[in-house]
Amino acid sequence: MGKKKKEVDDRFKKFGTVTFTSITKINDFIDQLEQGKVMGTRCKECGLVFFPPRADCYQCLKSDMEWFEVTGKGKLVSYSKLEFAPVGFGDDLPYAIALLDYGDYKVFGRIADSVPEDEIEVGMQMETVANTLPNGQLNYVFQKA
Amino acid sequence: MGKVGIIGVGQSAFVRGYPGSIRELAFEGFKEGMQDAHITAKDIDASVICSAPEYDKQRSPAGVFAEYFGLTPQPTFYVESLCSSSSMGVRLAYSLIKAGLHDVVAVVGFQKMSEISSAESQERMGRGADIQWESPFGTMMPAYYAMYARAHMAKYGTTSDDLALIRVKAATYGQINEKAVYRKAVTFEMFSDPESPMSNPVASPLRVGDCCANADGSSCIIVASEEKAKALCKKPVWILGLGAASTAVNMAGRELFTGLTVGEQAGEQAYKMAGVTTKDIDVAEVHDCFTIAEMMAYENLGFAKPGEGKDLIKSKETYKEGSIPVNVDGGLLSKGHPIGATGGSQIRTIVLQLRGEAGEMQVKDPEIGLVHNIGGVGLYGNVTILGR
Ligand SMILES: [Zn+2]
Repeated sequence: MGKKKKEVDDRFKKFGTVTFTSITKINDFIDQLEQGKVMGTRCKECGLVFFPPRADCYQCLKSDMEWFEVTGKGKLVSYSKLEFAPVGFGDDLPYAIALLDYGDYKVFGRIADSVPEDEIEVGMQMETVANTLPNGQLNYVFQKA
Repeated sequence: MGKVGIIGVGQSAFVRGYPGSIRELAFEGFKEGMQDAHITAKDIDASVICSAPEYDKQRSPAGVFAEYFGLTPQPTFYVESLCSSSSMGVRLAYSLIKAGLHDVVAVVGFQKMSEISSAESQERMGRGADIQWESPFGTMMPAYYAMYARAHMAKYGTTSDDLALIRVKAATYGQINEKAVYRKAVTFEMFSDPESPMSNPVASPLRVGDCCANADGSSCIIVASEEKAKALCKKPVWILGLGAASTAVNMAGRELFTGLTVGEQAGEQAYKMAGVTTKDIDVAEVHDCFTIAEMMAYENLGFAKPGEGKDLIKSKETYKEGSIPVNVDGGLLSKGHPIGATGGSQIRTIVLQLRGEAGEMQVKDPEIGLVHNIGGVGLYGNVTILGR
Protein backbone atom coordinates (compact mmCIF):
# COMPACT_ATOMS: atom_id res chain seq x y z
CA MET A 1 0.00 0.00 0.00
CA GLY A 2 2.17 2.88 -1.27
CA LYS A 3 5.10 4.04 0.89
CA LYS A 4 8.66 2.92 0.33
CA LYS A 5 9.63 -0.55 1.39
CA LYS A 6 10.70 -1.07 4.99
CA GLU A 7 11.83 -4.24 6.68
CA VAL A 8 9.07 -3.90 9.25
CA ASP A 9 6.26 -1.49 8.50
CA ASP A 10 5.40 -0.39 12.03
CA ARG A 11 4.03 3.06 11.23
CA PHE A 12 0.96 2.53 13.39
CA LYS A 13 3.07 2.87 16.54
CA LYS A 14 2.70 6.63 16.09
CA PHE A 15 -1.03 6.47 16.88
CA GLY A 16 -2.17 7.82 20.24
CA THR A 17 -0.50 8.98 23.45
CA VAL A 18 0.48 5.37 24.12
CA THR A 19 0.16 2.82 21.35
CA PHE A 20 -0.43 -0.89 21.72
CA THR A 21 -0.33 -1.84 18.04
CA SER A 22 2.46 -1.14 15.56
CA ILE A 23 1.84 -3.41 12.60
CA THR A 24 -1.46 -3.36 10.74
CA LYS A 25 -2.52 -3.55 7.11
CA ILE A 26 -4.02 -0.08 7.30
CA ASN A 27 -0.75 1.67 8.24
CA ASP A 28 -1.40 4.29 5.53
CA PHE A 29 -3.89 5.78 8.00
CA ILE A 30 -0.86 7.23 9.79
CA ASP A 31 0.62 8.89 6.68
CA GLN A 32 -2.76 10.46 6.00
CA LEU A 33 -3.04 11.60 9.61
CA GLU A 34 0.38 13.24 9.24
CA GLN A 35 -1.06 15.14 6.28
CA GLY A 36 -3.95 16.33 8.41
CA LYS A 37 -6.52 13.84 7.10
CA VAL A 38 -8.60 11.44 9.15
CA MET A 39 -9.56 8.57 6.86
CA GLY A 40 -11.88 5.60 6.93
CA THR A 41 -12.19 2.76 4.43
CA ARG A 42 -14.94 1.78 2.01
CA CYS A 43 -15.25 -1.70 0.49
CA LYS A 44 -14.78 -1.44 -3.27
CA GLU A 45 -16.87 -4.56 -3.77
CA CYS A 46 -19.99 -3.86 -1.71
CA GLY A 47 -19.61 -0.24 -0.65
CA LEU A 48 -19.75 -0.86 3.11
CA VAL A 49 -18.18 2.03 5.01
CA PHE A 50 -15.84 1.52 7.95
CA PHE A 51 -14.57 3.80 10.67
CA PRO A 52 -12.22 3.00 12.23
CA PRO A 53 -10.76 1.85 8.91
CA ARG A 54 -10.26 -1.83 8.31
CA ALA A 55 -8.50 -3.95 5.74
CA ASP A 56 -11.16 -6.62 5.39
CA CYS A 57 -14.89 -6.56 4.66
CA TYR A 58 -16.98 -8.99 6.69
CA GLN A 59 -19.95 -8.57 4.39
CA CYS A 60 -18.45 -9.77 1.12
CA LEU A 61 -15.19 -11.20 2.54
CA LYS A 62 -13.12 -9.11 0.11
CA SER A 63 -10.03 -7.17 1.16
CA ASP A 64 -10.07 -4.46 -1.46
CA MET A 65 -10.68 -1.11 0.19
CA GLU A 66 -10.54 2.53 -0.82
CA TRP A 67 -9.93 5.41 1.55
CA PHE A 68 -12.44 8.18 2.25
CA GLU A 69 -11.91 11.28 4.35
CA VAL A 70 -13.93 11.96 7.50
CA THR A 71 -15.29 15.41 6.72
CA GLY A 72 -18.16 17.63 7.81
CA LYS A 73 -20.00 17.61 11.07
CA GLY A 74 -20.85 14.81 13.45
CA LYS A 75 -23.26 14.85 16.35
CA LEU A 76 -21.83 14.39 19.85
CA VAL A 77 -23.35 11.12 21.14
CA SER A 78 -21.72 11.25 24.56
CA TYR A 79 -18.50 12.08 26.38
CA SER A 80 -16.74 11.72 29.72
CA LYS A 81 -14.00 13.79 31.31
CA LEU A 82 -11.42 11.62 33.05
CA GLU A 83 -9.88 12.56 36.40
CA PHE A 84 -7.73 9.42 36.47
CA ALA A 85 -5.83 7.83 33.62
CA PRO A 86 -4.14 4.55 32.82
CA VAL A 87 -0.33 4.32 32.95
CA GLY A 88 1.27 6.59 30.37
CA PHE A 89 -1.68 8.97 29.99
CA GLY A 90 -1.31 10.92 33.25
CA ASP A 91 0.33 13.95 31.61
CA ASP A 92 -2.73 14.38 29.39
CA LEU A 93 -5.17 14.75 32.34
CA PRO A 94 -7.80 16.00 32.47
CA TYR A 95 -9.11 14.98 29.05
CA ALA A 96 -12.46 13.95 27.64
CA ILE A 97 -13.20 10.91 25.50
CA ALA A 98 -16.19 11.16 23.20
CA LEU A 99 -18.12 9.71 20.30
CA LEU A 100 -19.36 11.53 17.19
CA ASP A 101 -22.14 10.21 14.96
CA TYR A 102 -21.71 10.96 11.25
CA GLY A 103 -24.73 8.95 10.16
CA ASP A 104 -22.99 6.31 8.05
CA TYR A 105 -20.35 5.74 10.70
CA LYS A 106 -19.23 6.93 14.12
CA VAL A 107 -15.86 8.21 15.33
CA PHE A 108 -14.48 7.59 18.81
CA GLY A 109 -11.80 9.98 20.03
CA ARG A 110 -11.02 12.88 22.32
CA ILE A 111 -12.53 16.32 22.60
CA ALA A 112 -9.91 19.03 21.89
CA ASP A 113 -8.48 20.56 25.10
CA SER A 114 -9.40 23.98 23.70
CA VAL A 115 -13.13 23.28 24.03
CA PRO A 116 -14.29 24.55 27.47
CA GLU A 117 -16.18 21.89 29.40
CA ASP A 118 -19.20 24.11 29.98
CA GLU A 119 -19.65 24.42 26.24
CA ILE A 120 -19.82 20.67 25.67
CA GLU A 121 -23.33 19.37 25.19
CA VAL A 122 -24.66 16.01 24.01
CA GLY A 123 -26.15 16.48 20.54
CA MET A 124 -23.91 19.40 19.55
CA GLN A 125 -22.22 19.49 16.14
CA MET A 126 -18.49 18.83 16.13
CA GLU A 127 -15.81 18.02 13.61
CA THR A 128 -12.88 15.64 13.63
CA VAL A 129 -9.40 17.07 13.11
CA ALA A 130 -5.95 15.50 12.98
CA ASN A 131 -3.82 16.37 15.99
CA THR A 132 -0.20 16.11 17.07
CA LEU A 133 0.27 15.34 20.75
CA PRO A 134 2.94 17.04 22.94
CA ASN A 135 5.01 13.83 22.86
CA GLY A 136 5.04 13.88 19.04
CA GLN A 137 2.49 11.09 18.65
CA LEU A 138 -0.56 11.53 16.43
CA ASN A 139 -4.27 11.25 17.11
CA TYR A 140 -7.42 13.14 16.19
CA VAL A 141 -9.68 15.35 18.29
CA PHE A 142 -13.15 16.85 18.11
CA GLN A 143 -13.66 20.61 17.82
CA LYS A 144 -16.79 22.70 17.82
CA ALA A 145 -18.17 22.93 14.32
CA MET B 1 -33.88 -34.54 27.28
CA GLY B 2 -34.37 -33.64 30.94
CA LYS B 3 -33.85 -30.49 32.91
CA VAL B 4 -30.53 -29.21 34.22
CA GLY B 5 -30.27 -28.22 37.85
CA ILE B 6 -27.93 -26.55 40.31
CA ILE B 7 -27.17 -28.81 43.27
CA GLY B 8 -24.51 -26.84 45.09
CA VAL B 9 -23.29 -23.26 45.43
CA GLY B 10 -20.28 -21.76 47.13
CA GLN B 11 -18.38 -18.53 47.43
CA SER B 12 -15.29 -17.35 49.23
CA ALA B 13 -15.44 -14.11 51.16
CA PHE B 14 -14.67 -11.27 48.73
CA VAL B 15 -11.64 -9.50 50.19
CA ARG B 16 -8.83 -7.11 49.41
CA GLY B 17 -5.41 -8.78 49.18
CA TYR B 18 -6.28 -12.45 49.69
CA PRO B 19 -3.49 -14.02 51.75
CA GLY B 20 -2.96 -17.10 49.58
CA SER B 21 -2.34 -18.32 46.05
CA ILE B 22 -4.96 -18.50 43.30
CA ARG B 23 -5.50 -22.24 43.72
CA GLU B 24 -6.09 -21.73 47.44
CA LEU B 25 -8.48 -18.86 46.77
CA ALA B 26 -10.40 -20.94 44.22
CA PHE B 27 -10.49 -23.88 46.64
CA GLU B 28 -12.49 -21.78 49.13
CA GLY B 29 -15.39 -21.36 46.73
CA PHE B 30 -15.06 -24.93 45.44
CA LYS B 31 -15.04 -26.41 48.94
CA GLU B 32 -18.20 -24.56 49.94
CA GLY B 33 -19.95 -25.61 46.73
CA MET B 34 -19.01 -29.27 47.24
CA GLN B 35 -20.05 -29.23 50.90
CA ASP B 36 -23.30 -27.55 49.97
CA ALA B 37 -23.96 -30.32 47.40
CA HIS B 38 -22.79 -33.01 49.84
CA ILE B 39 -20.67 -34.63 47.17
CA THR B 40 -17.03 -35.54 46.68
CA ALA B 41 -14.62 -35.12 43.77
CA LYS B 42 -15.49 -38.54 42.35
CA ASP B 43 -19.06 -37.33 41.73
CA ILE B 44 -17.82 -34.60 39.37
CA ASP B 45 -17.51 -35.55 35.70
CA ALA B 46 -15.89 -32.35 34.43
CA SER B 47 -14.83 -28.92 35.62
CA VAL B 48 -15.09 -25.47 34.05
CA ILE B 49 -12.68 -22.84 35.35
CA CYS B 50 -13.48 -19.18 34.70
CA SER B 51 -11.47 -15.98 35.05
CA ALA B 52 -10.30 -12.92 33.17
CA PRO B 53 -6.75 -13.92 32.23
CA GLU B 54 -5.20 -10.46 32.35
CA TYR B 55 -4.99 -10.76 36.13
CA ASP B 56 -3.50 -14.26 36.19
CA LYS B 57 0.19 -15.02 36.16
CA GLN B 58 -0.67 -18.72 35.86
CA ARG B 59 -1.17 -19.76 32.27
CA SER B 60 -4.12 -22.09 31.73
CA PRO B 61 -5.30 -22.31 35.34
CA ALA B 62 -7.87 -25.03 34.58
CA GLY B 63 -5.36 -27.86 34.73
CA VAL B 64 -3.74 -26.51 37.88
CA PHE B 65 -7.07 -26.23 39.69
CA ALA B 66 -8.37 -29.60 38.49
CA GLU B 67 -5.34 -31.20 40.09
CA TYR B 68 -5.70 -29.14 43.31
CA PHE B 69 -9.42 -29.97 43.55
CA GLY B 70 -8.84 -33.71 42.95
CA LEU B 71 -10.73 -33.49 39.67
CA THR B 72 -8.18 -35.28 37.51
CA PRO B 73 -8.34 -37.21 35.22
CA GLN B 74 -11.74 -35.75 34.34
CA PRO B 75 -11.71 -33.16 31.54
CA THR B 76 -11.43 -29.51 32.50
CA PHE B 77 -12.25 -26.39 30.45
CA TYR B 78 -11.17 -22.78 30.73
CA VAL B 79 -13.80 -20.15 29.91
CA GLU B 80 -13.25 -16.43 29.58
CA SER B 81 -15.70 -13.64 28.81
CA LEU B 82 -14.30 -10.95 31.11
CA CYS B 83 -16.70 -10.10 33.96
CA SER B 84 -19.30 -12.62 32.79
CA SER B 85 -16.88 -15.56 32.63
CA SER B 86 -18.59 -17.72 35.24
CA SER B 87 -22.09 -17.17 33.82
CA MET B 88 -20.64 -18.29 30.51
CA GLY B 89 -19.10 -21.24 32.40
CA VAL B 90 -22.55 -22.24 33.64
CA ARG B 91 -23.84 -21.96 30.07
CA LEU B 92 -21.07 -24.33 28.95
CA ALA B 93 -21.85 -26.74 31.81
CA TYR B 94 -25.52 -26.70 30.80
CA SER B 95 -24.67 -27.58 27.21
CA LEU B 96 -22.24 -30.32 28.19
CA ILE B 97 -24.95 -31.90 30.33
CA LYS B 98 -27.68 -31.42 27.73
CA ALA B 99 -25.42 -32.98 25.13
CA GLY B 100 -25.14 -36.03 27.36
CA LEU B 101 -21.36 -35.80 27.62
CA HIS B 102 -21.32 -35.25 31.39
CA ASP B 103 -23.78 -35.54 34.28
CA VAL B 104 -22.24 -33.36 37.00
CA VAL B 105 -20.05 -30.35 36.21
CA ALA B 106 -18.33 -27.99 38.68
CA VAL B 107 -18.07 -24.38 37.49
CA VAL B 108 -15.44 -22.48 39.46
CA GLY B 109 -14.91 -18.77 38.87
CA PHE B 110 -12.11 -16.85 40.50
CA GLN B 111 -10.07 -13.69 40.36
CA LYS B 112 -7.17 -12.59 42.45
CA MET B 113 -7.07 -8.99 41.33
CA SER B 114 -4.24 -8.36 43.77
CA GLU B 115 -2.15 -11.03 41.98
CA ILE B 116 -0.54 -8.23 40.01
CA SER B 117 0.81 -4.93 41.33
CA SER B 118 -1.36 -1.85 41.17
CA ALA B 119 0.97 -0.39 38.52
CA GLU B 120 0.54 -3.54 36.42
CA SER B 121 -3.18 -3.36 37.01
CA GLN B 122 -3.24 0.28 35.89
CA GLU B 123 -1.37 -0.67 32.75
CA ARG B 124 -3.81 -3.49 31.98
CA MET B 125 -6.74 -1.18 32.60
CA GLY B 126 -5.48 0.92 29.71
CA ARG B 127 -5.78 -2.12 27.46
CA GLY B 128 -9.31 -2.97 28.50
CA ALA B 129 -10.94 -1.96 25.25
CA ASP B 130 -10.05 -1.97 21.54
CA ILE B 131 -6.28 -1.63 21.83
CA GLN B 132 -5.82 -0.59 18.21
CA TRP B 133 -8.36 2.23 18.01
CA GLU B 134 -9.57 3.27 21.48
CA SER B 135 -6.95 2.51 24.12
CA PRO B 136 -4.44 4.94 22.50
CA PHE B 137 -6.84 7.75 23.54
CA GLY B 138 -6.45 6.79 27.23
CA THR B 139 -9.67 4.95 28.00
CA MET B 140 -10.82 3.27 31.19
CA MET B 141 -13.83 1.19 32.22
CA PRO B 142 -15.42 3.93 34.37
CA ALA B 143 -15.13 6.44 31.50
CA TYR B 144 -16.96 4.14 29.08
CA TYR B 145 -19.81 3.54 31.52
CA ALA B 146 -19.75 7.29 32.20
CA MET B 147 -20.46 7.85 28.51
CA TYR B 148 -23.52 5.63 28.85
CA ALA B 149 -24.54 7.55 31.96
CA ARG B 150 -24.15 10.88 30.16
CA ALA B 151 -26.22 9.66 27.20
CA HIS B 152 -28.91 8.32 29.57
CA MET B 153 -29.02 11.64 31.41
CA ALA B 154 -29.23 13.62 28.17
CA LYS B 155 -32.05 11.50 26.77
CA TYR B 156 -34.11 10.74 29.86
CA GLY B 157 -33.23 13.39 32.44
CA THR B 158 -31.67 10.84 34.78
CA THR B 159 -29.50 12.58 37.38
CA SER B 160 -26.41 11.82 39.41
CA ASP B 161 -28.70 11.83 42.45
CA ASP B 162 -30.74 9.01 40.91
CA LEU B 163 -27.55 7.01 40.45
CA ALA B 164 -26.47 7.69 44.03
CA LEU B 165 -29.68 6.05 45.25
CA ILE B 166 -28.57 2.79 43.64
CA ARG B 167 -25.33 2.88 45.60
CA VAL B 168 -27.18 3.62 48.83
CA LYS B 169 -29.35 0.54 48.22
CA ALA B 170 -26.31 -1.63 47.48
CA ALA B 171 -24.65 -0.55 50.72
CA THR B 172 -27.81 -1.27 52.68
CA TYR B 173 -27.39 -4.94 51.84
CA GLY B 174 -23.58 -4.99 51.66
CA GLN B 175 -23.64 -4.25 55.38
CA ILE B 176 -25.51 -7.48 56.13
CA ASN B 177 -23.60 -9.70 53.69
CA GLU B 178 -20.73 -11.19 55.63
CA LYS B 179 -18.96 -12.11 52.38
CA ALA B 180 -18.98 -8.54 51.01
CA VAL B 181 -15.73 -6.59 50.73
CA TYR B 182 -17.45 -3.25 51.50
CA ARG B 183 -19.50 -3.57 54.68
CA LYS B 184 -20.00 0.12 55.45
CA ALA B 185 -23.10 2.24 55.02
CA VAL B 186 -23.27 4.77 52.20
CA THR B 187 -25.63 7.69 52.61
CA PHE B 188 -27.13 9.88 49.93
CA GLU B 189 -25.55 12.92 51.63
CA MET B 190 -22.02 11.54 51.13
CA PHE B 191 -22.33 12.14 47.39
CA SER B 192 -22.58 15.89 47.94
CA ASP B 193 -20.06 16.01 50.80
CA PRO B 194 -16.65 17.09 49.46
CA GLU B 195 -15.09 15.48 52.55
CA SER B 196 -16.47 12.09 51.57
CA PRO B 197 -14.49 10.00 49.06
CA MET B 198 -17.85 8.93 47.57
CA SER B 199 -18.22 12.40 46.02
CA ASN B 200 -14.84 12.41 44.25
CA PRO B 201 -15.11 12.55 40.46
CA VAL B 202 -13.66 9.58 38.57
CA ALA B 203 -14.89 10.11 35.02
CA SER B 204 -17.72 12.59 34.68
CA PRO B 205 -20.54 12.15 35.52
CA LEU B 206 -19.49 9.11 37.61
CA ARG B 207 -18.04 9.51 41.08
CA VAL B 208 -16.18 7.11 43.37
CA GLY B 209 -19.50 6.13 44.92
CA ASP B 210 -20.79 5.05 41.51
CA CYS B 211 -18.03 2.48 41.06
CA CYS B 212 -17.73 -1.09 42.39
CA ALA B 213 -14.88 -2.30 44.53
CA ASN B 214 -12.06 -4.52 43.25
CA ALA B 215 -11.73 -7.71 45.25
CA ASP B 216 -10.20 -11.16 45.35
CA GLY B 217 -12.69 -13.99 45.44
CA SER B 218 -13.97 -17.28 44.08
CA SER B 219 -17.33 -18.89 43.43
CA CYS B 220 -18.58 -22.37 42.63
CA ILE B 221 -21.75 -23.66 40.97
CA ILE B 222 -22.34 -27.43 40.76
CA VAL B 223 -24.55 -28.18 37.75
CA ALA B 224 -26.21 -31.58 37.23
CA SER B 225 -28.53 -33.50 34.94
CA GLU B 226 -32.13 -33.88 36.14
CA GLU B 227 -31.59 -37.50 37.13
CA LYS B 228 -28.42 -36.76 39.09
CA ALA B 229 -29.86 -33.60 40.61
CA LYS B 230 -32.87 -35.48 41.96
CA ALA B 231 -30.69 -38.31 43.26
CA LEU B 232 -28.10 -36.08 44.93
CA CYS B 233 -30.03 -33.03 46.09
CA LYS B 234 -33.16 -32.37 48.16
CA LYS B 235 -33.73 -28.86 46.82
CA PRO B 236 -32.29 -28.56 43.30
CA VAL B 237 -32.76 -25.20 41.61
CA TRP B 238 -33.47 -25.60 37.91
CA ILE B 239 -31.95 -23.63 35.06
CA LEU B 240 -35.09 -22.49 33.22
CA GLY B 241 -33.61 -20.10 30.70
CA LEU B 242 -30.26 -18.98 29.33
CA GLY B 243 -29.36 -16.08 27.07
CA ALA B 244 -26.04 -14.79 25.74
CA ALA B 245 -25.03 -12.07 23.31
CA SER B 246 -22.08 -9.98 22.13
CA THR B 247 -21.58 -6.66 20.38
CA ALA B 248 -18.86 -4.43 18.90
CA VAL B 249 -16.00 -3.81 21.30
CA ASN B 250 -15.45 -0.40 19.73
CA MET B 251 -17.98 2.28 20.75
CA ALA B 252 -18.00 3.43 17.12
CA GLY B 253 -19.52 0.10 16.13
CA ARG B 254 -22.53 0.44 18.45
CA GLU B 255 -26.00 1.87 18.01
CA LEU B 256 -27.40 2.18 21.53
CA PHE B 257 -25.82 4.34 24.28
CA THR B 258 -28.65 4.51 26.81
CA GLY B 259 -28.69 0.77 27.40
CA LEU B 260 -26.72 -2.40 26.73
CA THR B 261 -27.94 -4.36 23.71
CA VAL B 262 -26.30 -7.53 25.03
CA GLY B 263 -28.32 -7.33 28.26
CA GLU B 264 -31.52 -6.78 26.33
CA GLN B 265 -30.85 -9.60 23.86
CA ALA B 266 -29.65 -12.11 26.45
CA GLY B 267 -32.71 -11.24 28.55
CA GLU B 268 -35.12 -11.80 25.66
CA GLN B 269 -33.55 -15.17 24.91
CA ALA B 270 -33.67 -16.27 28.53
CA TYR B 271 -37.29 -15.16 29.05
CA LYS B 272 -38.32 -16.98 25.88
CA MET B 273 -36.50 -20.19 26.78
CA ALA B 274 -37.92 -20.15 30.31
CA GLY B 275 -41.39 -19.30 29.06
CA VAL B 276 -41.69 -16.45 31.55
CA THR B 277 -41.95 -12.69 31.39
CA THR B 278 -40.49 -9.84 33.39
CA LYS B 279 -43.36 -9.84 35.85
CA ASP B 280 -42.71 -13.48 36.78
CA ILE B 281 -39.30 -12.57 38.21
CA ASP B 282 -39.41 -12.49 42.03
CA VAL B 283 -35.78 -11.58 42.72
CA ALA B 284 -32.87 -10.53 40.51
CA GLU B 285 -29.12 -10.06 40.52
CA VAL B 286 -27.96 -7.57 37.91
CA HIS B 287 -24.49 -6.49 36.87
CA ASP B 288 -23.92 -3.26 38.82
CA CYS B 289 -20.21 -2.69 38.15
CA PHE B 290 -21.31 0.96 38.10
CA THR B 291 -24.57 2.48 39.30
CA ILE B 292 -25.56 3.36 35.73
CA ALA B 293 -25.16 -0.32 34.79
CA GLU B 294 -27.88 -1.30 37.29
CA MET B 295 -30.12 1.51 36.02
CA MET B 296 -29.73 0.28 32.43
CA ALA B 297 -30.31 -3.32 33.53
CA TYR B 298 -33.71 -2.35 35.00
CA GLU B 299 -34.69 -1.06 31.60
CA ASN B 300 -33.00 -3.70 29.44
CA LEU B 301 -34.65 -6.52 31.39
CA GLY B 302 -38.07 -4.88 31.33
CA PHE B 303 -38.32 -4.11 35.07
CA ALA B 304 -38.84 -0.51 33.94
CA LYS B 305 -39.55 1.11 30.58
CA PRO B 306 -36.61 2.85 28.88
CA GLY B 307 -35.90 6.03 30.82
CA GLU B 308 -37.99 5.01 33.82
CA GLY B 309 -35.30 3.12 35.73
CA LYS B 310 -34.91 6.18 37.94
CA ASP B 311 -38.52 5.90 39.10
CA LEU B 312 -37.95 2.28 40.14
CA ILE B 313 -35.08 3.17 42.47
CA LYS B 314 -36.74 6.37 43.73
CA SER B 315 -39.80 4.39 44.78
CA LYS B 316 -37.57 1.71 46.35
CA GLU B 317 -39.22 -1.01 44.28
CA THR B 318 -35.85 -2.74 43.92
CA TYR B 319 -35.35 -2.97 47.68
CA LYS B 320 -36.00 -6.29 49.44
CA GLU B 321 -39.62 -5.40 50.20
CA GLY B 322 -40.28 -3.92 46.76
CA SER B 323 -42.00 -5.41 43.72
CA ILE B 324 -38.73 -6.53 42.11
CA PRO B 325 -35.86 -6.85 44.60
CA VAL B 326 -32.50 -6.35 42.86
CA ASN B 327 -29.02 -7.02 44.26
CA VAL B 328 -30.15 -7.51 47.83
CA ASP B 329 -26.74 -9.07 48.57
CA GLY B 330 -24.94 -5.74 48.07
CA GLY B 331 -24.33 -6.21 44.35
CA LEU B 332 -20.94 -5.73 42.78
CA LEU B 333 -20.94 -2.21 44.24
CA SER B 334 -20.64 -3.40 47.85
CA LYS B 335 -20.02 -7.15 47.64
CA GLY B 336 -17.08 -6.51 45.33
CA HIS B 337 -16.28 -7.58 41.78
CA PRO B 338 -13.59 -10.27 41.46
CA ILE B 339 -14.12 -10.50 37.68
CA GLY B 340 -14.15 -14.24 37.03
CA ALA B 341 -16.01 -15.09 40.27
CA THR B 342 -18.80 -12.56 39.87
CA GLY B 343 -21.34 -14.47 37.76
CA GLY B 344 -21.08 -17.53 40.01
CA SER B 345 -21.57 -15.33 43.07
CA GLN B 346 -24.69 -13.78 41.54
CA ILE B 347 -26.08 -17.23 40.69
CA ARG B 348 -25.28 -18.42 44.21
CA THR B 349 -27.27 -15.52 45.66
CA ILE B 350 -30.34 -16.39 43.57
CA VAL B 351 -30.05 -20.11 44.36
CA LEU B 352 -29.96 -19.32 48.10
CA GLN B 353 -32.95 -16.99 47.66
CA LEU B 354 -34.97 -19.67 45.85
CA ARG B 355 -34.08 -22.21 48.52
CA GLY B 356 -35.15 -19.76 51.22
CA GLU B 357 -31.65 -19.79 52.70
CA ALA B 358 -30.58 -16.17 52.19
CA GLY B 359 -30.83 -15.28 55.87
CA GLU B 360 -31.21 -11.58 56.60
CA MET B 361 -31.22 -10.87 52.85
CA GLN B 362 -34.09 -13.27 52.18
CA VAL B 363 -36.85 -12.02 49.90
CA LYS B 364 -40.34 -13.31 50.72
CA ASP B 365 -40.93 -16.71 49.09
CA PRO B 366 -39.44 -16.22 45.59
CA GLU B 367 -40.12 -18.88 42.96
CA ILE B 368 -38.27 -17.53 39.93
CA GLY B 369 -35.05 -15.54 39.95
CA LEU B 370 -32.90 -13.90 37.29
CA VAL B 371 -29.16 -13.31 36.96
CA HIS B 372 -27.87 -10.63 34.57
CA ASN B 373 -24.10 -10.65 34.12
CA ILE B 374 -22.21 -8.38 31.72
CA GLY B 375 -18.64 -8.76 30.41
CA GLY B 376 -16.58 -5.67 29.59
CA VAL B 377 -18.43 -2.48 28.74
CA GLY B 378 -21.54 -4.26 27.51
CA LEU B 379 -19.36 -6.40 25.25
CA TYR B 380 -20.75 -9.72 26.45
CA GLY B 381 -24.10 -10.34 28.15
CA ASN B 382 -25.44 -13.41 29.93
CA VAL B 383 -28.85 -13.81 31.51
CA THR B 384 -29.76 -16.93 33.49
CA ILE B 385 -33.25 -17.62 34.81
CA LEU B 386 -33.59 -20.05 37.70
CA GLY B 387 -36.60 -21.63 39.35
CA ARG B 388 -37.47 -24.00 42.18
ZN1 LIG C 1 -17.67 -5.65 1.10
